[in-house]
Amino acid sequence: MTKSELIQRIAEMNPHLYLRDAEQIVNTVFEEISSALSRRDRVELRGFGTFSVKHRKARQGRNPRTGDKVFVDEKHVPFFKTGKKLHERMNPDSPQ
Amino acid sequence: MSTDVNTVTRADLSQAVYEEVGLSRNESAELVEMVLEEICQALERGEVVKISSFGTFSVRQKGQRIGRNPKTGEEVPILPRRVLSFRASNTLKERVDSGEN
Repeated sequence: MTKSELIQRIAEMNPHLYLRDAEQIVNTVFEEISSALSRRDRVELRGFGTFSVKHRKARQGRNPRTGDKVFVDEKHVPFFKTGKKLHERMNPDSPQ
Repeated sequence: MSTDVNTVTRADLSQAVYEEVGLSRNESAELVEMVLEEICQALERGEVVKISSFGTFSVRQKGQRIGRNPKTGEEVPILPRRVLSFRASNTLKERVDSGEN
């Protein structure tokens, strides 16, 4: 499923909305999550999952092709942890 | 440790939709729920969900392996399962790393 298919689907489920409303709704949801993460905030969506930002320290890395040492600067990376309920929905036959 | 981290929830997403789209608060909340639910359903079907300039959710099948209870050292089978992985888009990675909105 792509973002435009998701927008299409939301529009179909809500015949009273214009396609551009559905588009704005979907874009707003992802924009809010993105801007929260760029402030380094967490986004906790029960039943879905949690987005957070992890700090990675600077390290001495290597170019895997040449073997040359390279310095990798510290960085902040987005991280997602699947919510318990979604994990269970994806694994309906497993216990726990 | 990271005490200055705020948590954004569904309520904040609904509020943003309410302000941006001009629907009622109730309907805004329902629509946020609908968006999340559609994504969950696609993932349940095993589909890849690709949101441009945000990231890609994909379902990976994991085989059975032998795990260990770290407390007792006892061997326990970890059953085959499906796990979700999220790969942030380059746009999102850059925004998060630069800390710019």
